[in-house]
Amino acid sequence: MNENKVLHSVAALFDTPDKIINAARKVKDAGYTMFDVNTSYPVHGMDKAMGLGQSKIGYVTLFFGFAGAVFIFLFMGWSMAINYPYIVGGKPFFPYQAFIPITFEVTVLCGSIATVVGMLAVFFNLPFLSHPIHDSNYIKEVSVDKFGVVIEAEDPLFDKNKVVEFLKNLGAGKIEFIYEPEKQAIKILQPKFIVFLAVVAALTSFSTYFTLNKLMYIVPFNWMDNQKKSNPQSETNFFYDGYAMRTPVEGTVARGFMPYPFHEQALPSEPLANPTLPTKQILKIGQEKFLTFCSPCHGNYAEGVSRLMGQFPPGPTLHSAKIIGYSDGMIYNIITNGQNAMPSYAYQIPREQRWAIIDYIRVLQRAQNPKPSDFQAIKELNKESGKNVVN
Amino acid sequence: MSSTEIGYIRKELPEKIKTIGLTLFVVGTALGIIGFLIDPQRASLSYLVTFMFLVSIGVGSLFLVALEYAVGADWSTPFRRISEFLAAVIPFLIILVIPLLFNLKYIFPWTHKSIVDSSVMLRGKTPYLNIPFFIIRSIGIFLIWWVFYYFIIRNSRKQDTTKDQYLTKKNINISSGFIPVFGISITAIAFDWMMSLEPNWFSTIFGVYYFSGTVWCALAALTLIVILLNEHGYLHSKIKSEHYYTLGLLMFAFTVFWAYIAFSQYLLIWYADLPDETIWFMHRWVGGWKVVSLAIVFTHFIFPFFYLLSYNVKMQAKKLKFIAIWILCAHFLDLYWLVMPGMSTNGYQYSFSWMDLVFPVAAVGLIILIFKSLSHKYNLLPIGDPKLQRGLDFHL
Ligand code: HEC
Repeated sequence: MNENKVLHSVAALFDTPDKIINAARKVKDAGYTMFDVNTSYPVHGMDKAMGLGQSKIGYVTLFFGFAGAVFIFLFMGWSMAINYPYIVGGKPFFPYQAFIPITFEVTVLCGSIATVVGMLAVFFNLPFLSHPIHDSNYIKEVSVDKFGVVIEAEDPLFDKNKVVEFLKNLGAGKIEFIYEPEKQAIKILQPKFIVFLAVVAALTSFSTYFTLNKLMYIVPFNWMDNQKKSNPQSETNFFYDGYAMRTPVEGTVARGFMPYPFHEQALPSEPLANPTLPTKQILKIGQEKFLTFCSPCHGNYAEGVSRLMGQFPPGPTLHSAKIIGYSDGMIYNIITNGQNAMPSYAYQIPREQRWAIIDYIRVLQRAQNPKPSDFQAIKELNKESGKNVVN
Repeated sequence: MSSTEIGYIRKELPEKIKTIGLTLFVVGTALGIIGFLIDPQRASLSYLVTFMFLVSIGVGSLFLVALEYAVGADWSTPFRRISEFLAAVIPFLIILVIPLLFNLKYIFPWTHKSIVDSSVMLRGKTPYLNIPFFIIRSIGIFLIWWVFYYFIIRNSRKQDTTKDQYLTKKNINISSGFIPVFGISITAIAFDWMMSLEPNWFSTIFGVYYFSGTVWCALAALTLIVILLNEHGYLHSKIKSEHYYTLGLLMFAFTVFWAYIAFSQYLLIWYADLPDETIWFMHRWVGGWKVVSLAIVFTHFIFPFFYLLSYNVKMQAKKLKFIAIWILCAHFLDLYWLVMPGMSTNGYQYSFSWMDLVFPVAAVGLIILIFKSLSHKYNLLPIGDPKLQRGLDFHL
């Protein structure tokens, strides 16, 4: 029955650590290279007896530990100082001191996981999970109180009978033949195994969540969370109307704030003067705000043709002689108070931005009625930048 | 010369060593006395640094001995005697502390009534920080250490002739008693002699900080002496690179342990950012101290860490000797850094002094003398210890 199976190795059992050390040394001295020793606990001096060199696994640990450290340190630096600069606890944007504990933990984590996975990969030949000596009597014995040595069939010096003879001479107790399994399936990819992992993951997450957040939940330091005060937008029975938030008393004026003198007056007696200069920066803001707030009705270029055409009383063109003739303060008045069908924008657009919009409207108007000097200026600009915008 | 069945051949250390030790000790002590006569204030602080260094060597070595007994380690049994010889500094501490006790007013701000009266915190601390209690504490602790030293070492030496295994058992019990006592007493010593230099400041981890340095330093001294002796054949032919490797491993472990503790202390203070606590680091971040602080990070952690990380380095006697000397210096620098900047609290201005180099010379001389005279009387290996054979046969 065993005849058609492929021999993987010959295994022999020994009784004491001294015997196994001796056996390992003899096996090595006999010139075998593909052999291994199994003991139920680490036996000092085994590496030397087996003639093993220094393990390379340390380099895996070193590399991954170091990589983990560098990665997490830079990642924290990037997220706290570059991506979302945020001051925590009055510390600088790059509080490297605070990163060190996490860097340390991640170094250890990456190093150790890489070590374990690296060892599994080498010993078990991942993704395979089993070794031919599993499921043998031999492994059961060496896991309890015996010490064993296996010589693999792939060894160049291997000769079944000679090896058996050799091991017997070393004083081996039991000798066992270990065969290759019929077919090695990749067990970790089997649906059963994956489902098993998923169930384990779900169970652990749930039980952890349940224990820590429900069963044993203790509110930590809640005296800052639950203060004896009402929070914004909450109810209260302290005030007759039930609102925790109060509106200021009628006629309240904020400190340093000058109310608009022509509130709800269509025709200001003395329109305000524009406090802004049409710098590039201001015009940029003006353009942005115009496109956001005004263009739906007045059109992208204030030409009176807009995307709301037909759904709303159309916003007239702002290129009419009337508007060109209006002072800045007059347009400001229209934006602030609204005019007939046009609503007031006093609450949506801060003051400076209203002025910026007006500056931008002036630019649009000028673009419709350019002066000869404007063409001259554009030509100068083109010469400088080497481009040709206006032919 | 005598030989035993384990193959230890006793050889006398050369007389030259005694001459070297004596020269260092006499020159150092003479210059030190001159220092005390010229400038007692500066001399007491210099002396304090060296004194703490001797405490590190002495009690750190006794801790290593006790640890070996308590955990039943056998790999270190072949050179336990070396640690025992180094621990012989302990009885001398009671004498060596005397110059300090006479100069307390130069060292500790809390000995001045005016300073204590000006601070609520110091007034609150007077029940603990007052001269009589301070002296009782220090002498008491040195005596307790001496008692433990006396019994552990006596049993160990007795075993050389009687080969009585029961003595090992006795020592295991004494050692298990010593370790907790050591933990508390070393904290008290660190608090008293170094933390109270800046008495308004406090850090509960300070004792652990000093402890980590002590053991680190004691290990380095052990490694250095073991390698030196073994290279010249005074120990045993079976002590080999695998023993050295394990010593290197422990030094590595304590390098990391020290960094862990030192950083824990720093991080909490940095986070909370309370003036009462940050002041201690501020004193060590002004002027040239900034360089010293950074040098400590490098010499006490970064360099030894990467150096000792490699397997090959730990297997080589020569490279370990180098790092052992490095560690001894780094620990001295650390103590210097702990003690000196505190001077300003006592109203003095720090400046480097030649005395800082004189006292360590005397200390090294003293250690050599103690070692030489003990090695003359006792075996360098605990030849009666039942664990010795296993220790010699140690494999990785
Ligand atoms: C909801 C659509 C709508 C929006 C948005 C809108 N307007 Fe108007 N706007 C109108 C209508 C409709 C009129 C004509 C009102 C009337 O009949 O007097 C008008 C009138 C005007 C006038 C006076 C024109 C005239 O000929 O009397 C000005 C100036 C003006 N808007 C500027 C703006 C500015 C600046 C914005 C952006 C802040 C803006 N509008 C946003 C609908 C809008």
